[in-house]
Amino acid sequence: MDEQLKSELRRQGVVATTLQELYNWGRKSSIWPLNFGLACCAIEMIATTMARYDLARFGAEVFRPSPRQADLMIVAGTVTKKMAPQVVRLYNQMAEPKYVISMGACAISGGPFKQGYNVLKGVDRYIPVDVYIPGCPPRPEALLDAFLMLQRKIDEQQLTGPSRPRHLQAKLPSEFDVPEYGEHDLTPAHNDSIWHVPLVHISNAGKNESGRD
Amino acid sequence: MNLEEIKSQIEANVPGCSLQILLNGSPSGQHSLLVDKEHGLTVASYLRDGASPKFDYCSNVTGVDWPLKETSTKQKTKKIVDGVESEVEEVIKTATGNYLEVVYHLFSMDARQGPLVLRMRTEDRVDQVHLPSLTPVWRSAELQEREVYDLFGVVFDGHPDLRRLLMWDDFKDHPMRKDYVDPDDYEYEPTAHDEVLKRMQAHYAAQGAPSASEETR
Repeated sequence: MDEQLKSELRRQGVVATTLQELYNWGRKSSIWPLNFGLACCAIEMIATTMARYDLARFGAEVFRPSPRQADLMIVAGTVTKKMAPQVVRLYNQMAEPKYVISMGACAISGGPFKQGYNVLKGVDRYIPVDVYIPGCPPRPEALLDAFLMLQRKIDEQQLTGPSRPRHLQAKLPSEFDVPEYGEHDLTPAHNDSIWHVPLVHISNAGKNESGRD
Repeated sequence: MNLEEIKSQIEANVPGCSLQILLNGSPSGQHSLLVDKEHGLTVASYLRDGASPKFDYCSNVTGVDWPLKETSTKQKTKKIVDGVESEVEEVIKTATGNYLEVVYHLFSMDARQGPLVLRMRTEDRVDQVHLPSLTPVWRSAELQEREVYDLFGVVFDGHPDLRRLLMWDDFKDHPMRKDYVDPDDYEYEPTAHDEVLKRMQAHYAAQGAPSASEETR
């Protein structure tokens, strides 16, 4: 439908819309996050929900204590290797459509603890992530920004066609392999179907401007 | 509080124990007391109940890994060979380390004194890694001894609940030991330098590194 005609109609008191717009509007306006935090980023996440920053303005005030009722997983904090299987299991238990925000340096890559023996080098090794927020920890404004970005992402999704989201494609998986505790590391160390080691110019590493194309 | 006094106190009251004062050369001068592991528990109980001041609080337990370190020094000595005096160089080899150490920091709440630094050492780093647990004396040592067991592999005899603390139960290594090698799970990072850079190069060399001419993404 023509955008101009639509806004003209709206001025006259007639609301014209499409099923897709309605569907996306409904989803993006009531994203209920899962109520869990892993480390210090969780404190910023809690601050975001409180009166000053007020995540409720965007329809996400209801933090659900059960993954069955949640739409959004905010991975807020360091994912230790001991905790990683539980995080993946929680994600698997969430109902589609479901989204993941990877909050803070640790959840993205392990952050300052990347070389540590017990820290997972990024939660995206096991579950697909929709929005990453850098920062250590990110401020509540950054989380709000990520949340709005997720809403825009949902708003742009097509209900039909090959680019439709995962939950509308029966063939795509909604659950991902839960890693197991191995003798020296988690097995597997990452999920091959969703994550690959970033490939770079190794020959340049160690020089100035290392690894840049 | 004088460490010498405490040492003679313990020696007078715990027969057969061997104590040694380890000097700390740093400005803090926080010297410590090395206790043999056979008398560790009796010395600890005496420190809590009988000594003056009574050390009723154990604030910290930690571990130290001392791998075997061999040093050789050359020494010139004069020897008379066939009636002719000549200087001969001798190489003297000394080996230190090859044990795990557990350090306890004790305080006296009554006398407001401390810390008294107590150390115990294992026989070696491989299989004779048993030490007496001091958890029966100071409850606060329980979790920290579990941590030392987890990260260093010291087995505390007499500990009420000796399980791994930070790593999972099936984990085999002890990550805080000097010879711990973490899994070869290298991922490029833009700030790679020093050891990380070396590991990265070794990792990619082993995997058949993408050469510079190859296309990158």
